[in-house]
Amino acid sequence: MTARIGVVTFPGSLDDRDTQRAIRVAGAEPVALWHKDKDLKQVDAVVLCGGFSYGDYLRAGAIARFSPVMEPLLEQAKAGLPVLGICNGFQILTEAHLLPGTMLRNDHLHFICRDQKLRVENAETAWTTDYSAGQEIHIPLKNNDGQYVADAYTLDKLEAEGRVAFRYLDFNPNGSQRDIAGVTNEAGNVVGLMPHPEHAVEPLIGTGRTDGLPFFTSILKKLVNA
Amino acid sequence: MARVVVDVMLKPEILDPQGQAVQRALPRLGFDGISDVRQGKRFELEVDGPVDEAALARIHDLAESFLANTVIEDFTIRVEEVAEAVK
Repeated sequence: MTARIGVVTFPGSLDDRDTQRAIRVAGAEPVALWHKDKDLKQVDAVVLCGGFSYGDYLRAGAIARFSPVMEPLLEQAKAGLPVLGICNGFQILTEAHLLPGTMLRNDHLHFICRDQKLRVENAETAWTTDYSAGQEIHIPLKNNDGQYVADAYTLDKLEAEGRVAFRYLDFNPNGSQRDIAGVTNEAGNVVGLMPHPEHAVEPLIGTGRTDGLPFFTSILKKLVNA
Repeated sequence: MARVVVDVMLKPEILDPQGQAVQRALPRLGFDGISDVRQGKRFELEVDGPVDEAALARIHDLAESFLANTVIEDFTIRVEEVAEAVK
């Protein structure tokens, strides 16, 4: 048996096909979900992928958050369904208040695209068990609104609870507070990050390494062993 | 018919890189004496029917849940008579 992992396509999503491919490379079965779907087709986990849903009008993720598919997703995520938000998907999860904080425009006001070094701070979430805590990885980063912000109380709480899942290393590409690249919810089933693990699952493309693949093998193992 | 205006601004403690970029351009354009610029959003809602307390309460909910992200933004709501705006 293998796991079925849904990938939601919104109008303006860009990375749905790459994400489906990454899921397949890891050995799981990708299931295409559409933003108008009212159910999640009984998938075992969901990835909200990168792009510019609804043109990023109003705020990145603000309109996507009210899509029909988000209703069952919110309900099931709160009940433990593993959900990974990458880039625009991370923005949607913060707009939906499944994850704390939010994203502002990059502090330098430019779109940025680079190979980014990260440290995996939390290797116990549903999406990170195939990493080890403190492991350094290289995966692509590409965004306009990547500056993670939250109030000081929230940031202190996240740090104290080990919920800063990923941190930028060597270079902070967007002014994110405390170099935060990704966070997890309290239960560890909902994770969001700005960089793109799905673009680094084969040696031929991305950073020339497969540093993003463990996201997808982690969730597969968790689901198959469950 | 009335117009309800919702102004959304970043909270004072949140860095506003766009406002800063505008402010930095001012001296170059010959505008002196402006020490800070903050950039926000203005929504003009044309309301059918009376703008009574119930309508304003619904607009407040809309602003709080959708037009503004209260993690980083504050909003204000005011009613503007359309006839006034046209004259």
